[in-house]
Amino acid sequence: MNVGKPVQRVDAFDKATGRAQYTADLCPPDALVAKILHSTIANGKVTGFELEAALAVPGVVKILTCFDVPDRQFPTAGHPWSTDKKHQDIADRKLLNTRVRFYGDDIAAVIAVDELSADRALRLIKVTYDEQKPVFTPQDAMQPGATVLHPEKPDNVIVRSSYEIGNFDEAIRESGLIKVSGDYHTGQVQHCHIENALSYACIRDRKIVVVSSTQIPHIVRRVCTQALGCSFADIRIIKPYIGGGFGNKQDALTEPLNAWLTTQVGGRCVRLFYTREETFVCTRTRHAMDFHIESYLRPDGTLIARSVRAWSNQGAYASHAHALVANAINAFRMMYPVGAIKGEAYTVYTNLPTAGAMRAYGIPQIGFALESHMDDIAAQTGLDRIKLRKQNMMRLGYVDPVTTITCHSTGLEECIDKGRAFIGWDDKRNLYASQTGPVRRGLGMAIFCYKTGVYPISLETSACRMVLNQDGTIQLQMGATEIGQGADTVFSQMCADAVGVPFDSVRATSTQDTDITPYDTGAYASRQSYVSGMAVRKTGLALKAKILEYAAGMLDLPPDSLNLVDGWIVSSSGESLIALREVAMGACYSLKNSVHISAEETHHCTDNTYSFGVCFAEIEVDIPLCQIRVLNIVNVHDSGKIINPVTAEGQVHGGMSMGLGYGLLERLVFDPVTGRTLNNNLLDYKLMTAMDTPDLNALFVETDDPTGPFGNKALGEPPVIPVAPAIRNAMLDATGVAVDSIPLNPEHLFTEFRRAGLIAGGEN
Amino acid sequence: MDKRRISLVLNHRPTELWVDPRASLSEVLRGEASLTSVKHGCNVGECGACTVLINGETFNACIYLAIWADGKEVLTVEGLSDEEGNISDIQQAFIDEGAIQCGFCTPGFIISSLPVLERDEVPSRDEIRRQIAGNFCRCTGYEKIVTAIQKTARARHGG
Amino acid sequence: MYDFSAVYIPESLEQALRMKHDHPQARILAGGSDILIQVREGRLAGIEVISIQALDELRGVTLEDDGTVLIRPLTSFSHVSSDPVIRRCVPVLGEAVDQVGGPQIRNIGTIGGNICNGVTSADSAATLKALDAELEISSVGGTRRLPYAEFNLGAGKVDLKADEILTGIRIPRDSWENTFGHYIKYSQRRAMDIATLGCSANVRLSKNKRKIERFRLAFGVAAPVPIRAFSAEAVANGSLISSELIENIAQAALKDVNPRSSWRASKEFRQHLIAELTRRATRAAIEKAGGTL
Repeated sequence: MNVGKPVQRVDAFDKATGRAQYTADLCPPDALVAKILHSTIANGKVTGFELEAALAVPGVVKILTCFDVPDRQFPTAGHPWSTDKKHQDIADRKLLNTRVRFYGDDIAAVIAVDELSADRALRLIKVTYDEQKPVFTPQDAMQPGATVLHPEKPDNVIVRSSYEIGNFDEAIRESGLIKVSGDYHTGQVQHCHIENALSYACIRDRKIVVVSSTQIPHIVRRVCTQALGCSFADIRIIKPYIGGGFGNKQDALTEPLNAWLTTQVGGRCVRLFYTREETFVCTRTRHAMDFHIESYLRPDGTLIARSVRAWSNQGAYASHAHALVANAINAFRMMYPVGAIKGEAYTVYTNLPTAGAMRAYGIPQIGFALESHMDDIAAQTGLDRIKLRKQNMMRLGYVDPVTTITCHSTGLEECIDKGRAFIGWDDKRNLYASQTGPVRRGLGMAIFCYKTGVYPISLETSACRMVLNQDGTIQLQMGATEIGQGADTVFSQMCADAVGVPFDSVRATSTQDTDITPYDTGAYASRQSYVSGMAVRKTGLALKAKILEYAAGMLDLPPDSLNLVDGWIVSSSGESLIALREVAMGACYSLKNSVHISAEETHHCTDNTYSFGVCFAEIEVDIPLCQIRVLNIVNVHDSGKIINPVTAEGQVHGGMSMGLGYGLLERLVFDPVTGRTLNNNLLDYKLMTAMDTPDLNALFVETDDPTGPFGNKALGEPPVIPVAPAIRNAMLDATGVAVDSIPLNPEHLFTEFRRAGLIAGGEN
Repeated sequence: MDKRRISLVLNHRPTELWVDPRASLSEVLRGEASLTSVKHGCNVGECGACTVLINGETFNACIYLAIWADGKEVLTVEGLSDEEGNISDIQQAFIDEGAIQCGFCTPGFIISSLPVLERDEVPSRDEIRRQIAGNFCRCTGYEKIVTAIQKTARARHGG
Repeated sequence: MYDFSAVYIPESLEQALRMKHDHPQARILAGGSDILIQVREGRLAGIEVISIQALDELRGVTLEDDGTVLIRPLTSFSHVSSDPVIRRCVPVLGEAVDQVGGPQIRNIGTIGGNICNGVTSADSAATLKALDAELEISSVGGTRRLPYAEFNLGAGKVDLKADEILTGIRIPRDSWENTFGHYIKYSQRRAMDIATLGCSANVRLSKNKRKIERFRLAFGVAAPVPIRAFSAEAVANGSLISSELIENIAQAALKDVNPRSSWRASKEFRQHLIAELTRRATRAAIEKAGGTL
């Protein structure tokens, strides 16, 4: 078996030698350079351009403006398309927009022979606007009389949704209940994949060929057809190696405009490489959300009724829109599914950069709010933080009343116990019980649950193709994408086991090409090892059946008496009969019966399952310096069977690091008047450096999920979820200060410590 | 602008290049020299993906003019393999330790690790972190990168 | 490709000064870690530059016969930090510039460029102010000396005429002899960050280590330009070391500063840090000097 083994990543050698090719490495050197002119107002209309000076710049080929693009709105979200009109993504932007909705909106594009000329031309374009007052918060945008961003949504509310399980009002009438409420806020952050958003496009073979750094080539192809009003046959998307995505590239970004631009210059190759500054502002971000949570519980800690209201700041364009906050209020219910529960959520347009998918899709937001709230309950009632959670959390067999998603396996309790022991919770808790000095230590923890893939909210489908080579090795083709998480490696492991060949016999095609590789919606929702993994398994079994059938003919034995193990055809008693290599050679070159053995299967997934985990953190707070140092941190995950322990650990480390940044330092800052993003670069946006990152510990509790192709369930996104609330709860433990918004950066701590009287107010 | 001739030792080989005085070293390495391990992630010296070794010190090639490389020894990840294509110990350690995910920042990290590997003793994890603090990675949390570098240093110092 | 309208490449200092005289509008490009970024951003697009990067005569640190530490302006931060003269005479300066950016930036960034930009957050500035450094500024007409205290004219503005180039940074013997310094850079990250506040203190103690003979304190980001804190120094000079004194110094420092609120940090937070970092830097400098608290 290869599944479960720490096999070496199949792409590691190419990446360590610098040979792995990414979009910019493949772009022809003579490609024309497109640069976008972005609006310098956040809200209003473009009334005109002065282009003469820009057009006179030597090297400028063409300038296209928002007045030139097709009058057609299209959606960008990387969702599977819904054939039901009601569930279709919102088509609310054009290739370039006359109606400007955030500071940085795309309003014109310069095509030039090189970057210098394009940049010079950009600086010379004069724009006139009809400006309106922008709104930056959901609360302001929902006020009557607020500016309307999109006429289709006159109150700026994209969607309001709600649910109620049980009867909330009745439940809270029980006497003796304790009520705890809180307001929590999470900030807007950016993915910061090290490779920016970029693509290049040309017309070849009567097709618009777009080479792009995307997580979702097949979806991008569909979006391009919608944006350009062309046929699927007209669009070919090629996805080489990509330098990270984290959900940002689960959206059509540069591709639709890039595809259109090549059509405007006779199909010449045009590149559209976003700068880091553009990647920060003009792609997608994580939604800022506000939550109001109320809990009613008995003195023994039993939760009786809970409610959440949530406001999600969508920014200028819908992108993934309400799906994230809907996911958030669902997880609020699922994590502690006891008593009466109700949830209500709004997704609201504002004049800020667009929010979209980002690792764990709304759950880091609710995870912070909910798990902070659980510690607030414990702090206010004196209940034990861990006991309170264990008493109320989701159990095996739970069926969610709204989504029907079932808890098929859970190792959460063991995860908590393992983490608790690792961090030394019980000893240290006593040690840190009564500190008074300027530097104090504390412990915090937070748990989460996370579903695997998007079913039944959306379609889950994936195809896989395997081709048997003449020597018994296998070409593996997936529509599912490698984005750094190790997909090609775990698919290769799965393929080897499903077919019955050594790991080294499998070669995955890493580049997805919508002309060649089969259909898959792509890398998001931690779905691929679960959904696409099942496609690998099914295809592998189908390929094996075909191989055995051919071998049976060669051996003159019934096919069902044979098996394929480690590259050998074996009898039912386990005796090796013939090498696969000989069978494959025979099948290809036989003068009597030449068969080219391949298999292709679709897996239409109609199930889902929860993965779980916990973060334990030990921190030291220097109160006068308003600084937090993480002394020890561990994530423990139940993601079912671990396909590859090394790549799994890597996923956990990366998620923990992203969670630390989310909790401690990262936030996008906007000018309060103009809405301009002030920290659109890696100096001012505080991504954690190696020196800011402590040793990261990743542990697993392996369950065997009956619905997973190899007992596995979601892993890619979850590690980010519990870290920020664990840090926040450790702060509460250390200082007694409950901070209800992140990041816990120094200035924020300064404000909170002053409010709490830990720092004297005003030195003068 | 008129190009100028520069002479440098590029990946151990004496090389002459004609470069535009306005060009960054990273553009020239990726372009004329076809060394695409040098990545562009920010173009302003903040991400470290274009890190190269010049006369034994690390530099962001995106904010280093190509003309400045005249007379210097420049090393990219392509220069770490020997003539027969055998890779170096540090590259092998990145592979073995699982220190690579999306791989975009990897060449820069490998180059940034070289000076600390030249030291007389095995560096601590914090010393390694300090040496790679000019390189951002969003995938790995740096954990396995630090481990790969430390293991390489240990092996070089006889385990 | 950087949008320069002209690139002049002198082969000697003499030639560089001549070029600066002939092209006064051209900007001096030393390590480039500031100018190149501004060209990339478009703010300085189209400028002419004189690249002095290759002028090794402007590199290195020497100890003059009179005990002056002379730092040539093109010396990179990493070379300042590792230089034996710096380590022996003014280790605090090496420690300060060792906190600039990350390794790559410390290898390309120059100490001269750091102070010629005139930004208040420059990591070398507070320490050089606290060391009462003197600058050597040259043009074809000759060389002048200027106390660094008088160099900063306003945010981003320094006393360099259009035909002048900074050619030396001098730290007199009296500034470092028997003197112990400590620099604290306060920033959100431990690397790749600009200072929210920089605080550099140095002390010379009496023989019995109980009294402060001379105290110098300077800040970055506590005002539009890097500044000395003279009232705080006056409180300390000649005083016996005590916890109370430390507190008095910290409170006095607040009178010397004029921090601004920006999106990076509020005035109130910076004031809080000025007092706190003054306490910590002063204590550390006293301890390095052998004093006890």
